[in-house]
Amino acid sequence: MPPVLETRGLVKQFGGIVATNDVSLSIQKGARHALIGPNGAGKTTIINLLTGVLRPSAGAIALEGRDITDLEPHRRVQLGIARTFQINQLFADLTPLETIGLAVSERMELGRQWWRVVGSKSVVIEESVDILRRFQLADVIDERTGNLPYGKQRLLEIALAIACRPNVLLLDEPAAGVPEAERRDILDAVAALPDDVTVLLIEHDMDIVFSFADRISVLVNGALFVEGPPDEVAADPRVKAVYLGEEAHG
Amino acid sequence: MSTDRSLVREGSRILAAKARFSALEIAFWIAAFASIYLLKSKHLILTEIAILGLFALSLDLILGYAGIVSLGHAAFFGFGAYVAGLLAKYAIIKEPVLALLASGLAATALGFVTSFLVLRGSDLTRLMVTLGVALVLREIANRLDITGGADGLQGVTVEPVLGHFAFDIFGTTAYVYSLVVLFILFMVARRIVHSPFGLSLRSVKGNPLRAAAIGINVNGRLIAIYTIAAGYAGIAGALLTQSTQFASLSVLDFERSADVLLILVIGGTGYLYGGLIGAVLFKLVQDYLANVTPQYWQFWLGLALVMMIMFGRVYGAIIATAIFALCTALDLPFMQSIVATVVIGLVLGIARPQIMATTAKITARAVALQRAIKARLARKPAEDHHAAGA
Repeated sequence: MPPVLETRGLVKQFGGIVATNDVSLSIQKGARHALIGPNGAGKTTIINLLTGVLRPSAGAIALEGRDITDLEPHRRVQLGIARTFQINQLFADLTPLETIGLAVSERMELGRQWWRVVGSKSVVIEESVDILRRFQLADVIDERTGNLPYGKQRLLEIALAIACRPNVLLLDEPAAGVPEAERRDILDAVAALPDDVTVLLIEHDMDIVFSFADRISVLVNGALFVEGPPDEVAADPRVKAVYLGEEAHG
Repeated sequence: MSTDRSLVREGSRILAAKARFSALEIAFWIAAFASIYLLKSKHLILTEIAILGLFALSLDLILGYAGIVSLGHAAFFGFGAYVAGLLAKYAIIKEPVLALLASGLAATALGFVTSFLVLRGSDLTRLMVTLGVALVLREIANRLDITGGADGLQGVTVEPVLGHFAFDIFGTTAYVYSLVVLFILFMVARRIVHSPFGLSLRSVKGNPLRAAAIGINVNGRLIAIYTIAAGYAGIAGALLTQSTQFASLSVLDFERSADVLLILVIGGTGYLYGGLIGAVLFKLVQDYLANVTPQYWQFWLGLALVMMIMFGRVYGAIIATAIFALCTALDLPFMQSIVATVVIGLVLGIARPQIMATTAKITARAVALQRAIKARLARKPAEDHHAAGA
C-alpha cells in the first residue's frame, strides 16, 4: 500500500542555516506517527513545509501519491491535510461557534456564498455543535474566543483542525502549556479520532508520545536520526545519547 | 453519535440573532427617509452626506471587514465620477440609473485589476500602493484632453432619473436618488457581511495564517471584497457627478482619500453604520466650524482627531468639544486658543493614565445601568402577566 504522506529529500535553508536536511518520511494510512527531537531540531519547520506555509529549497511532498509540493496552503487543506499550531492561531473576535462553523462551511464549499445568512444551513450548525460538544466547548459557543481561558482556547485550536475533517492531521505540541487538569480532555479528544485519520504528532512530553504513537521518528539538527516502533526507539542507545546529552548540557 | 437538538437550536438562534435588524437600525433608516420631508432646506448638504456615507461604507468593507488599509480609495470614487461625467457629456448612456450602474462596473473592473497590488505586504506597503494608484489616476485625468485636465469636465448635462425626475436646484431629486441608492447598496453590503463569505473575511482579517490553514483561499477573498468595494466607491463618485453635473480633479484628491479614512475613524469600523454616522458627524461639524471659524476650522477637526485617538472615540470627542467650547466662551483670539489648547493638551497627555482609569469606570457604570434597565424591561411584562394571573 502506498504511504498516505511521503516526503523525498526535503531540504529547507534559511540563509546559511539548514533547518531541514534531506528528510524522507513515509507515513502509512491510519498511522499514529510521532516526530520527536531536541529543541531546534526543525520539527515545526517540517510541519510548515508539509502544510505549505513554507516552500522547500529542494525535495518533494506527496499526498496519496499526488505531488503537492507547489500547492497553496488552502488547496492542501481541501485535499485533506489539516494542522494545529504550537502557539494558538485563532480568530480572537469570532466566537467558537462562528470559528467552527466557518471551517465546516468551507469544507462543504459554502464559504464563497455571499447571499445566504450565516447559520441558515442546519447541516453546518449540527456538525459544528457536535464538534464543540466533543471538545467541551458547548458552554462557551457564543463567547468571544479572545476572552476564553487558555485551556478552552487550546481545545478550540484542535477542534478547528478536526472541523476540516482531515485525512492527515498534523498536531504541533497539542498539550503545550495546558494545565494538568485539562490535559486529559485534549488527549482524549485526540485518542478518539477515527482510525482512518492519519496523525503526525510533534510532542516533547515523552509520556504522551509513548502512550500514543505506533511509530516514532527522531529528528536531530534538521535530519532524520532514527525511525522505528516505540520500543525500538526507546532502546536505541543513540537516541538516549541525544536526549541525555541535551540534558547534560542544559 | 446523537446530536444535541437543544444545542443546535441554541446555535441557530444565536447566529440568526446576529443578522436580525435591531430597533435602532430601523429607527436610523426611518429618520433618514423622514429627512426628505422634514429637512427640505438641507437637501444639498444631505446629498453630500449620503454620497460621503456611501464612499465610507465602501472603505469599511475593505478596512473594517478585511483589514485592508487604503490611502487611495479616491481612485475608485474619482474613476466612477469621471466615467459618469463622460457617459453623460457624450450622451453614451443618457438615463442616470443605467449610467450609474455602468460607472460602478467600470470602477469594479479597475478594482479587480488593482486588487492584485494589495494582496502582498504589510499595512505600510498597502498604504503606499493605494496612494500611488490614486496619484497615477489623478495625473492621467490631469493630462488627458477628454477629462478636461485642471479645468474639470465641463458641459455635463444629466437627464431626469428614470426619465421622470429632473434634477432641481434645491437638490431634492439628487437627495432622494442618492439616499435610495445608498439604502439599496447598504442592504446588499449588510447581506454580504452576514454571509459565510463575510464571516470568512473577518477570519482573514483576524488571522490570515489560520484562515488559510482551514482551507480558505485568502487571496481570492481579498480580491473579491476589494473589487466589490471599488464598485461601491465608483457609484458614490458617479452620484457626485450626476448630482453636481460636474467632475473635477478634486474627486481624485489625496484629501478625499484621507477624509474618508477620517470619517471611518470617527464613526468606527466593522459594523457598516460607522461610515454613515461618521459622514453625518464629519459634514455637520465641518459645516458648523467653517461657519464659526472660517479660516481655522481644520484646527478643531485635527484636535478632535488627536483626542479621539488618545482617549477613545466618545470621550475624545467630548474633551475636544469642551476645549473648543471653552475657547469660544472666553472669546479667545486664534493664537491664544492655540496656546490654551497646547497647554490643556499637554496636561491631559500627562494625566492620560488617570483619565483613562476614570473613563473606564464611567463606561463600566453606564454598561451596568444599561443592563439593569434591559433586565427590568424584560422582567416587567412577565411580572404583569403573573400579577394578572394571580
